[in-house]
Amino acid sequence: MKLVKKKKAPPGINTSALPDIVFMLLFFFMVTTVMRETDLKVKLVVPQATEIQKLEKKSLVSYIYIGPPSESFRAKFGTAPRIQLNDAFAVPSQVPEFIEKERSARSEAEVPFLTTSVKADRETKMGIVTDVKQELRKANALKLNYSSSLRTEVY
Amino acid sequence: MKKNRATPEVNAGSMADIAFLLLIFFLVTTTIDTDKGISIRLPPMPEENQPEDNLKLKERNVLKILVNSADQLLVDGKLVNIKELKKTTKNFIDNPSKDATLAESPQKAVISLKNDRGTSYNTYIQVHNELKAAYNELRESKAQAEYGRPLEKLTKEQGDEIRDYYRQVISEAEPEDAGGGN
Repeated sequence: MKLVKKKKAPPGINTSALPDIVFMLLFFFMVTTVMRETDLKVKLVVPQATEIQKLEKKSLVSYIYIGPPSESFRAKFGTAPRIQLNDAFAVPSQVPEFIEKERSARSEAEVPFLTTSVKADRETKMGIVTDVKQELRKANALKLNYSSSLRTEVY
Repeated sequence: MKKNRATPEVNAGSMADIAFLLLIFFLVTTTIDTDKGISIRLPPMPEENQPEDNLKLKERNVLKILVNSADQLLVDGKLVNIKELKKTTKNFIDNPSKDATLAESPQKAVISLKNDRGTSYNTYIQVHNELKAAYNELRESKAQAEYGRPLEKLTKEQGDEIRDYYRQVISEAEPEDAGGGN
């Protein structure tokens, strides 16, 4: 009797579960994906910091962008830093109106937890940021977050 | 007449391709950018008929930080590099040497921050960052000293107690336009 068996052809990998795996990944990304709602009209690089906190609920955050207009808007708006609310350039006095709109879009119970995230370019001067800050105080939107990215090197 | 045929099986072979296509689409469009930043709480607007600044603070309990339009820092009258700000702040709050010009106790310490309209936003954030770092480090070392555990491992009451011991009070004055920066 021969003990050595004949070599069999290697069995093919069963791929019937592949669609399931792919679908699982697909659903994961569908759920986690957040489509950008606003087109950025300003160019901004947020400052770096070490003591940063995560913003918990994205649905409770309203964004104010500050920075120099991006390339295609330079001809019309120049290069001085500007404020962008939703999809349009704005002046500081329009901030309370914007906050009011953000509030009315949420239920009353959520309003106290609304946070304003200021995404400003690191090269911006404080003047325009201060104007926004004052308007936020007027609108009684006191929870503020200065958007920053993590800095790894310490000094 | 023909017999009713059994419904033909749907060919599921291309299902994986379709799913892959969708998957790649979502992979490309997805942005898992968690929003991070330095959180602060703005002081409410003063009431119209409220007398201005009715509370007087002792000079020694206030750390005055001024930032000019050239991004230079003046801390209690001395020119300070941003790299030393954390150390200076920690020393001011905790006052381990019981210096008569520094805060009486951590609870009474107030940091007053004033910047120029021409100060760069980056510098402003760095100052806030250093102040926050000073408080965080003090809290962390107190948590280690009292409970022998890092702050985040403490119970809520213990954590609140420490956070309350080193409570962060930063008052921001409205900036002046001294010019020279714009």
